Amino acid sequence: MREPITRILRGSALALILLFFLFPILWILLMSFQTNADILRIPPRLGFTPTLSNYVALLSGKLATSSGTLDITFLRNLGNSLLLSVASVAASLVLGVPAAYAFARYRFRLGESIAFTLLSFRFAPPLLVLLPLSLYFQILGLTDTYGGLIWVYQLITLPLILWIVRGYFEDASPDIEHAYRVDGHSWWRTFTRIAVPLARPGIAAAGLLAFIFAWNNFVFALVLASADKQPVTVGALAFVTAAGIQYGQIAAAIVLSILPTLALALYAQRWLVEGLSLGAVKG
Amino acid sequence: MSDFALPVPAKRWRVGRLLPYLLSLPSLLVCVGIVIPFVASAIYSLQRYNLAFPTGRAFIGFGNYISFLSDPSFWNTVEVSIIYTAATVGIELLLGLAIAMLLRERTFINNVISVVLMLPLMTAPALASLMWKLMTNPGFGVLSWAVSLIGLSNFKWASDPHTAMLTVVLVDIWVYTPFIMILLLAGLRSLPPAPFEAAQLDGVPGRFVFFRVTLPMLSPFIVTACLFRLLDSIQQFDIIYAMTQGGPGDSLMVFQVGAYLEFFQYTNVGRSAALLMVLWVITYFLSDRFVRQWHKLRERRQGHA
Repeated sequence: MREPITRILRGSALALILLFFLFPILWILLMSFQTNADILRIPPRLGFTPTLSNYVALLSGKLATSSGTLDITFLRNLGNSLLLSVASVAASLVLGVPAAYAFARYRFRLGESIAFTLLSFRFAPPLLVLLPLSLYFQILGLTDTYGGLIWVYQLITLPLILWIVRGYFEDASPDIEHAYRVDGHSWWRTFTRIAVPLARPGIAAAGLLAFIFAWNNFVFALVLASADKQPVTVGALAFVTAAGIQYGQIAAAIVLSILPTLALALYAQRWLVEGLSLGAVKG
Repeated sequence: MSDFALPVPAKRWRVGRLLPYLLSLPSLLVCVGIVIPFVASAIYSLQRYNLAFPTGRAFIGFGNYISFLSDPSFWNTVEVSIIYTAATVGIELLLGLAIAMLLRERTFINNVISVVLMLPLMTAPALASLMWKLMTNPGFGVLSWAVSLIGLSNFKWASDPHTAMLTVVLVDIWVYTPFIMILLLAGLRSLPPAPFEAAQLDGVPGRFVFFRVTLPMLSPFIVTACLFRLLDSIQQFDIIYAMTQGGPGDSLMVFQVGAYLEFFQYTNVGRSAALLMVLWVITYFLSDRFVRQWHKLRERRQGHA
């Protein structure tokens, strides 16, 4: 292992791997600071005068094109992504943490099958549920409401929170809770004062991951949301097909859309392995 | 795992028995609302049901499924889905395993690389597709320019039926290889060091150690990661839809993209539902296998903890 040749081979393999996985992100980042003229230059050049005009256009909502100004709603898409993700995660925490506690602490009839039914939602084809829902939402008056979307987003966020938090409750010894109960405290007090604080790191990790997954979701809103409720993933796609749009602005929109999840991922990286395997593997 | 309600009086005891149900009920109710459309899909799949001709709606038994058997577009969907799934999961497994082996030692630089490699996985797949679309644009795309340097001047990436599959598979590999990598890396680092130290002392060659010790010990992690990816890959929608919407022609018409277009473009609800039910049967068997495997890993983790 210490031979210089193996070390050189290993180093160049890692360099190639880093190039493949990081180049797209860096390239789009560079593109977002270029004018259209710079982007269209062949061969591409690394030397260019960076411009913030793409970001200014996106944030002001006014694009100057050859055929006049174009109004864009990218900021609204960003706001929708934020609202949908935060609200879905909050709802999932309220619903999922008590259920996770029940699955971890009690062996009850149907318990395991309820838990697995919830897990299996993670693996069914989403369109199987979404397409009939698009018909039902019209009847129920939920079409194009944030409430309807947040409800359906539970399919993404709830199983994740349930299974990760359950693992954390199971790892904590029940003895402390038991002692607290014997002291005469109510069940609810035990849950809120002892169990939840002990599982707090797990709850935080599950919440962050669920946020990332909700933010990155595409198909739910594509089927169920109209233009003014769409998150960035769907909004950016519509952006590409819009007439008169400039490539630098698309790149800037992509950068603004992926920045939040990449930043959160770097922050939450300690828990990613556990979250991505739904609590089966510890990192 | 003892029942908490032991030392309390009889009335409280009943509440204690109900408590776990009460706690999990809200979660379940939210999801029951989601089971209803699932049943609806199953029923639609047995109907002739087109939104454009509401009066023609009728129960036709397995008619939609039987018509698939003689329908070349259905078999095209099956073929395209299998190629996509096999190519993505196969390459991602090999590449992910190789990277995990390279990063196995817990050094600072290896940890930094493994964190940085996670960034593609945290990029929304639909947006990843757009990024690659910009890079493969025939007019200014940096990758179009790069392949022209090696003599492929007419390489059209996703807009050519011959290379469209290659393009989306590449995006899938870019996004999801890190998933397999981090799962296998966690697996590798959790293996007991004793067998490896013994092999090194005995001077056993590295290749032998890899195939006879590392791979067998890592296999539960490999199987879990693969099943996870198989389940996602056979259902892939975001990357393909954002790149070409299933085109050019029907060269990328995988199950969910086909069902989506059948529903919204041709308003053929019955056929769309039947297509999704076929996909569901496939994912059902895969997820059943997956859940058992996943359970094993979890119990093991708890055994270690």
